[in-house]
Amino acid sequence: MSTTPHRTLPKYSATFDRHTISEIQRAAATGIYDIRGGGAKRKLPHFDDLLFLGASISRYPLEGYRERCGTDVTLGTRFAKKPITLKIPVTIAGMSFGALSGPAKEALGRGASLVGTSTTTGDGGMTPEERGHSTILVYQYLPSRYGMNPDDLRKADAIEVVIGQGAKPGGGGMLLGQKISPRVAKMRTLPEGIDQRSASRHPDWTGPDDLEIKIEELREITDWEKPIYVKIGASRPYYDTALAVKSGADVVVLDGMQGGTAATQDVFIEHVGLPILSSIRPAVQALQDLGMHRKVQLIVSGGIRNGADVAKALALGADAVSIGTAALIALGDNDPRFEAEYNALGSTAGAYDDWQDGRDPAGITTQDPELASRLDPVLAGRRLANYLGVLTLECQTIARACGKSHVHNLEPEDLVALTIEAAAMAGVPLAGTNWIPGKSGF
Amino acid sequence: MVQFDLAARPLRELNAALHALPLNTNETHWEIINPDGKHAIAAGLDAPVTVEIKGNAGYYCAGMNQVATVVVHGNAGVGVAENMMSGRVHIRGDVSQSAGATGNGGLLIVEGNASGRCGISMKGIDIVVKGSIGPMSAFMAQAGNLVVLGDAGEALGDSIYEARLFVRGTVKSLGADCEEKTLGADERAILAGLLAEAESDASVDEFRLYGSARKLYHFHLDNADAY
Repeated sequence: MSTTPHRTLPKYSATFDRHTISEIQRAAATGIYDIRGGGAKRKLPHFDDLLFLGASISRYPLEGYRERCGTDVTLGTRFAKKPITLKIPVTIAGMSFGALSGPAKEALGRGASLVGTSTTTGDGGMTPEERGHSTILVYQYLPSRYGMNPDDLRKADAIEVVIGQGAKPGGGGMLLGQKISPRVAKMRTLPEGIDQRSASRHPDWTGPDDLEIKIEELREITDWEKPIYVKIGASRPYYDTALAVKSGADVVVLDGMQGGTAATQDVFIEHVGLPILSSIRPAVQALQDLGMHRKVQLIVSGGIRNGADVAKALALGADAVSIGTAALIALGDNDPRFEAEYNALGSTAGAYDDWQDGRDPAGITTQDPELASRLDPVLAGRRLANYLGVLTLECQTIARACGKSHVHNLEPEDLVALTIEAAAMAGVPLAGTNWIPGKSGF
Repeated sequence: MVQFDLAARPLRELNAALHALPLNTNETHWEIINPDGKHAIAAGLDAPVTVEIKGNAGYYCAGMNQVATVVVHGNAGVGVAENMMSGRVHIRGDVSQSAGATGNGGLLIVEGNASGRCGISMKGIDIVVKGSIGPMSAFMAQAGNLVVLGDAGEALGDSIYEARLFVRGTVKSLGADCEEKTLGADERAILAGLLAEAESDASVDEFRLYGSARKLYHFHLDNADAY
């Protein structure tokens, strides 16, 4: 009688999982680290770990579809002669012409303008198309100063001094040569086709004392008209927020590690910085300790996907949120209709993140004219406007259920956490308890 | 001539008045007294005027200058003429760090010495320093010309792109991807023109030219020890 040996199924290691093994194999074959776009893809404590309580006997809800729930936000009330008012508390994050195609930048401007919010330039300067299609445009002031000039500075509605971004706090950037078209090269005063390094440090100031003087210079050049934002990658949110306020910022932009980048090392994206959930309360605490909460506005970003995320960020104390990755998806990034082309690039719709290599089938993260022409900026702008509208409606739905006549009236007391980690990070009670780890007894 | 006393009136008023000047203004000569190291003096000018600052200026004097001529009869702080687009900025004394940083055009003349990071990320500006310059000057310099009549500090032209660096004295060390180049006829003409504009009688023959070796223009693993 023959005997068949009993064998268990092949066992994959939790430590050396399939992706880890493929990365080791890739590194061994190529000798270079993996560069990609996007933000952290690992599982992180996030807004999904929070829940709203809604109204109850002790809380009175507002009538959905009937009673007004305001969504407007005014930014730059501290020093600027001309603060900007957005109709919705969702803005479009800085993304460069160069990283993105011209039609993509135009679509972002069109979509944001349709719903009364702002869009933001990126590394590489301001294009006329972008200015023309953006009712409210924030001009980023970056370490590289690519394309930086005082005429565009004066054309902007606000200025964002970029210290860092969530995907790579402490890192600069590299726009690879295949995306350096003649126009991109000219705007950046660099030869065509070379890999362009974006500096990680500003060239003419170091530290918060200098930053204060730099901000003063920008205000002098623009006659104190423009709101000045300071954007930081989430790493030391309490101190960085406090120092930004001390330096004279009108608005602090705080970007968590889920926030996307055009191109950075995967190891940097996944292992440096903080998730946005853990960063909002320390930043708000800094503002409160300085008596500046709601006087210096706080915009947070990094993994905002739906109106619940918006509502939770506002409830934790932010004045507005910013979206980048979600906006690109709304334009058409990772569209399943390009599945065959994603497959040809070794990826699949929903996972495509090679934004650095300029071969984006959706025509968004590319400078290839044929690919870029695939994106209809009018249609894509409409999609973005639709999406921004949904985010706002969803946020209002939740706010009304919590009895709020304005989304800014959401507060931490409206929230509980599903995990101990989220409770500690967000500073709200673990669901079913009064326990806020680190703050109150169990 | 318009005289403005910064001890008596605020800086904001001065800059606002200068920004309000039309291109055909007849108030073309301004004198600033008692600057006392204030920051952002004459920043963001965009009219064809001459502004003379009688004393020392702080950070970002003549920042983002367009068209105008700014003369500092003293020393200037960090980032003088930063991101200048055009025009002329002339410092009679010494300057601190990051002089002419990211400048796109125009001419910056420093009669004395410049500290570190002079010409950092310059994008087309011309800079003439009659004294010496500090370390890490012309870091990531993209375009334009830096002329140094004295010596240069460590790591000159580190990660340089297409800027030209002319140095008469010694260079303590060159930065990554910066090398000595042949001083050809075109470069000699550029240098001679800048020396003349800066009213220097130095001889072109006394200078050496440094620029990009262009070996780091594309990221490559074999260059990892250079980064």
